[in-house]
Amino acid sequence: MHIAIIGNGISGVTAARVLRQLSDSCQITVISAESDYFFSRTALMYVYMGHLRFQDTQPYETWFWKKNRITLKKAHIQSIDTAAKSLLCTTGERIPYDKLIIATGSKPNKFDWPGQNLQNVHGLYSLQDLEAMERGSAGLQRAVIVGGGLIGIEMAEMFHSRHIPVTLLVRESSFWNGTLPAEESAMINRHIREYGIDLRLNTELQEIVDDGTGKVAAVHTNTGERIDCGYVGLTVGVSPNIDFLQGSGIATKRGVLVNDYLQTNLPDVYAIGDCAELQNPAPDRRAIEPVWYTGRMMGETLAHNISGQTIAYQPGIWFNSAKFFDIEYQVYGTVPPQIPDDQSSMYWEHPDGNKSIRIVYAKATSVVLGFNLMGIRYRQEVCERWISEHTPLETVMQNLSLANFDPEFYDQYEPVLLEQYAQQTGKNLTLRKKRGLSGVIQFLGTISKRQ
Amino acid sequence: MEPNMSIISNSAHNGLNGGQKAGVLLGSTGLLLLLLSAFGMQFPASFGMLILALAATVGGVLLYAWYTYTGLPAGIKNNQLWFQSISNRGLWGMISAVLITGFYVVLYFMPHYLGQGADGAANTGLIAFFDPLSQALKKQPASQWFVYGVLYTLGILAMGIKFIWKYRHNRYQVIRTCSVMFFQTGIAFLLPEFMQRLNQPYYDFKNMWPLDYDFFEKGQMDYLLNSGGVGLFMIVFGVAMIFIISPVLTYFYGKRWYCSWVCGCGGLAETVGDPFRQLSDKSLRAWKIERWLIHSVLVFVVVMTVAVLFAIFHENPAGYYVTRDLFLGLVLCIFIGLGLLLWLRPQYLNKVSRQVKIAATVIFVLIIGLTSLAYFFKSPNVFFIPADWLKAWYGFFIGAIFSGVIGVGFYPLMGSRVWCRFGCPMAAILGLQQKFFSRFRITTNGGQCISCGNCSTYCEMGIDVRAYAQRGQDIVRASCVGCGICAAVCPRGVLRLENSALDVHTRAEAVRVIRIDVDKGVVLGE
Repeated sequence: MHIAIIGNGISGVTAARVLRQLSDSCQITVISAESDYFFSRTALMYVYMGHLRFQDTQPYETWFWKKNRITLKKAHIQSIDTAAKSLLCTTGERIPYDKLIIATGSKPNKFDWPGQNLQNVHGLYSLQDLEAMERGSAGLQRAVIVGGGLIGIEMAEMFHSRHIPVTLLVRESSFWNGTLPAEESAMINRHIREYGIDLRLNTELQEIVDDGTGKVAAVHTNTGERIDCGYVGLTVGVSPNIDFLQGSGIATKRGVLVNDYLQTNLPDVYAIGDCAELQNPAPDRRAIEPVWYTGRMMGETLAHNISGQTIAYQPGIWFNSAKFFDIEYQVYGTVPPQIPDDQSSMYWEHPDGNKSIRIVYAKATSVVLGFNLMGIRYRQEVCERWISEHTPLETVMQNLSLANFDPEFYDQYEPVLLEQYAQQTGKNLTLRKKRGLSGVIQFLGTISKRQ
Repeated sequence: MEPNMSIISNSAHNGLNGGQKAGVLLGSTGLLLLLLSAFGMQFPASFGMLILALAATVGGVLLYAWYTYTGLPAGIKNNQLWFQSISNRGLWGMISAVLITGFYVVLYFMPHYLGQGADGAANTGLIAFFDPLSQALKKQPASQWFVYGVLYTLGILAMGIKFIWKYRHNRYQVIRTCSVMFFQTGIAFLLPEFMQRLNQPYYDFKNMWPLDYDFFEKGQMDYLLNSGGVGLFMIVFGVAMIFIISPVLTYFYGKRWYCSWVCGCGGLAETVGDPFRQLSDKSLRAWKIERWLIHSVLVFVVVMTVAVLFAIFHENPAGYYVTRDLFLGLVLCIFIGLGLLLWLRPQYLNKVSRQVKIAATVIFVLIIGLTSLAYFFKSPNVFFIPADWLKAWYGFFIGAIFSGVIGVGFYPLMGSRVWCRFGCPMAAILGLQQKFFSRFRITTNGGQCISCGNCSTYCEMGIDVRAYAQRGQDIVRASCVGCGICAAVCPRGVLRLENSALDVHTRAEAVRVIRIDVDKGVVLGE
């Protein structure tokens, strides 16, 4: 059986790896036009910043693919003949398959702005985008970044590392406030400005101006301002990269439509990762979730399905993480940007304004629903256990040290959190557990199973 | 590297800022003064001049560090590191490798070029330049080792302060760096110098066998034994370090308590070597070479030490508590003890390959067999080779060439832990213990790893940390010195250095990553 995987990102490569773990006999081909080997897309920023070389972003050494008999094919797929089960490359070559996995990821959004196709106007998604950014950085006097999300702030950090002045246009009234609650969002606004980034809130891109040679000269904003710049980063979200599927008979909406088993409407054709759109997402989840972790889970789930261990895709309890310049961000469970009426949240912020803990819980039952951490590390397994077991807030608070994942000798804020709780509610709780792995192992109950 | 990425490696460096340039200039001036003295230049008011030269060198480093890290919020400061030729094996990297290697060759093998006075003659050149400082500290003229000790200590202090500025947001790094600075300055440098001034024996309390490979040498033992109670205490303390203190601490905290908190070689690597940590080779091939090489050195030092001790004790020398019979008994006890441990804890054996088992068995049998043979035939040479030769070879190839010339000279080529990773027998012993019997490990945080590669890149020991983190496996590696930089540079908060006694024998087996369970769907952990 020949399984062809289009896309060598985290979804496609995870599918390939797990397929090989589960089946010794299948033939696996991973096709990409972007790079010879799998690399960590999220690490591209560190290549630009000089923290890593490009080869350092490749999680597997080159012998890995041969050893696991995963064929890597550098090709751009132009179209799919699903009736004949064959892929057509732009070179004219045809690749037959028995099963096909579409894992082509995303492409940066563009919203028909005038000048959006000028030279030095790019998103940041692919290796080629990074190369364009590198070329555009030589002698660059100012960059304008459009979009207040994870990629926008990454790009700001990247330019900043090369001492290139940055203006960051954010449509919303505060950074990433469609995801972050107000206090956390305000914290990041402050931090962005602390780095000298020219952050413009409530500001939208109107037009990108040509310098007369097909390059960027400036942008016009909806506030009537002209900002001179030599590079424009478009980071207003991503969409599934599926244009090449037109006419293939594979059903798509925004992404490739898949059922709970990650199957498309056609037999033997599957889609995973950023490009897949779930027909029946879980109630609190989106149909398309373009993040690393869901891509990996989908790849793993699908490999099981194809190998005959039928299993529905259940992404489990939501989690994510990011880093905004120096402030690390972790989220476990549900933390809505505006806390709904039937929920409440316990929020504590460090006086330095760069760290915070938020615990969201249901008002009626006081069951904990989610954790939002800024500048503080929490342990995923512990938070997940609390959320999945509908643990009441007070139990969580009393055992909060179990979740602490900060390095040794760091200040621990659990006592302060309890103090604040006492002030707000009049209830004096005491910490029952000390920070440390032994307590965690006992709590998670993993020890008995292991020995 | 893919050809189309080559643009990224050469265009980007923004150059040094004014303050950094001033730092380089000041530091170079200090080094130039030292160099001039090495070439025989006589300075007026030479003690003042020496202080000036050293202060300029240290001040240059501090100035450079200040203008590198000041003015920005605290955080990870690796911007443009791979663009700078000093830290990416570029031209300056190569030049510094040649210079440091050259310095070590001269230091070890041609000290007369530094001005070391032979046979009681007065020092000249660089070493004479340090005479006033040595006189002030211990009322003796300087030697090449005194000069080296001063420069080594100042290097750790100056670069240690730079490191602390760089990681000022990370209290583990700050405390750990203060620790290596203290142990180098106080325990390794000042204390022995003052002891000498007080006519007490020279002894570095934090050094231990087998890193201190001539601890068991006859001259050294006689020297300590003839120094009265203090000397005897030093011998007892040294033996206790090997058999009691270090195993206990390694059980509780991993080998980091020594390698990245106390050890002088480690102290240099963590401070002076920090700009080079990313140059260590992360490949599986390098790991294989590392395991054979470091354990070969361990075998070499054990063989050499047994031979040296046997040569001492085989004549039942006066003044020693240990006789020839007792010595053979002790050696047998240690080896039988190890064998018994493996018999009682067979799970240790499951963790090593067949080749290793065969090699280890052959070596054990050879050492015990040859020692017994020499015992019965009353030969002083256990391994048919005079112990002096073994010791001289070890001192030359391992003590000087490997740990000194290559160990430090290759910082700019192979990263800061070349010696610690490939050669140090102390690290090998602590590593075996860390792997098999310690509470220490690096935990991964569930499924949060994004495989970015910062942890692996900045691991000075060349551990592919990411390989573990991305599959949710706790990291238990013999070589890990617990510097904590992987956890510091992780942009997603995935790694934590932790200790627990609950699962010592199953530490590395936990799989915390998200995985598929046929009944339960996607699950985290077990």
